Amino acid sequence: MSVTDRDIVSVLQGGLPLVAEPYAAVAAGLGMREDELLARLQAMRDSGVIRRIAAAPNHFKLGMTANGMTVWDVEDTRVAALGAQVGALPFVTHAYERPRALPDWPYNLFAMVHGHGRDEVEDKRRQIADLLGRASRGNDILYSTRILKKTGLRLRREAPACSD
Amino acid sequence: MLDDIDRALINRLQDGVPLQPSPFDDIAAGLSITVDDLLRRLQALKEAGAITRFGPFFDAAAMGGAFCLCAMKVPAERFEEVCARVNAFPEVAHNYQREHRLNMWFVLATEDAVAITETADAIERATGVQVMRFPKLREFFIGFRVAA
Repeated sequence: MSVTDRDIVSVLQGGLPLVAEPYAAVAAGLGMREDELLARLQAMRDSGVIRRIAAAPNHFKLGMTANGMTVWDVEDTRVAALGAQVGALPFVTHAYERPRALPDWPYNLFAMVHGHGRDEVEDKRRQIADLLGRASRGNDILYSTRILKKTGLRLRREAPACSD
Repeated sequence: MLDDIDRALINRLQDGVPLQPSPFDDIAAGLSITVDDLLRRLQALKEAGAITRFGPFFDAAAMGGAFCLCAMKVPAERFEEVCARVNAFPEVAHNYQREHRLNMWFVLATEDAVAITETADAIERATGVQVMRFPKLREFFIGFRVAA
């Protein structure tokens, strides 16, 4: 039976085994050769299914206990170019263009900022404001006060426990 | 407690590693430690929760899934009850309380776009609260690093 990409993704969802030759270990578990697995992973990387192979840090454990979702009302004609600049700032962990929901919600650019405290987050917010200048007609920041639920990405639907 | 090598390791591993049979060799050499020492540190960082995961980051949308950021304006006195109803949906992947009139923000993860609409509608029926939907139009990617 051939190993599908879905099988490979499923095995790797939890991460790589922490051994010197992790792909050899994964390939053995899947019953395929290491070079076959590497070729499959390279193809997934080339097609964008795999973005990168890296560590995911826990911001909170690293002392980044304040997290603010900054939101900006940016001119439509400029949001693509300016959003790319905001996304490239080293302290912005995610940046997206999203639809406005007028009249309640005029913001179309979302940028997540983490910091050791709210002062640091506010300083970073000001740096974004400076970058956007007059192209931003308004902004707000939404601090998270509680994680109500957090689950990893799963291919199959599961019903995970609540956490807070 | 993290030492300087742990911090350097976390920072280095956030940048990503090449796809090759022995991905840790060059990193260990760059930090002047052995691969065994690197692996011991990585295991300890994972157990301590400083790193949640090490491995490939999959683009969920590229695998065929659909995602949508949603927000609700939940009356304070109903917050816990609504939270329980929302979290009971397995399609709700993350859910955060935030300081704002829109005080509950969650991500729906489903097999396809139709299921996003169905699930958001079902949450509205289950809670009686409007689910505002903010699908991503464009992603700006990304610094993504935390200085450890």
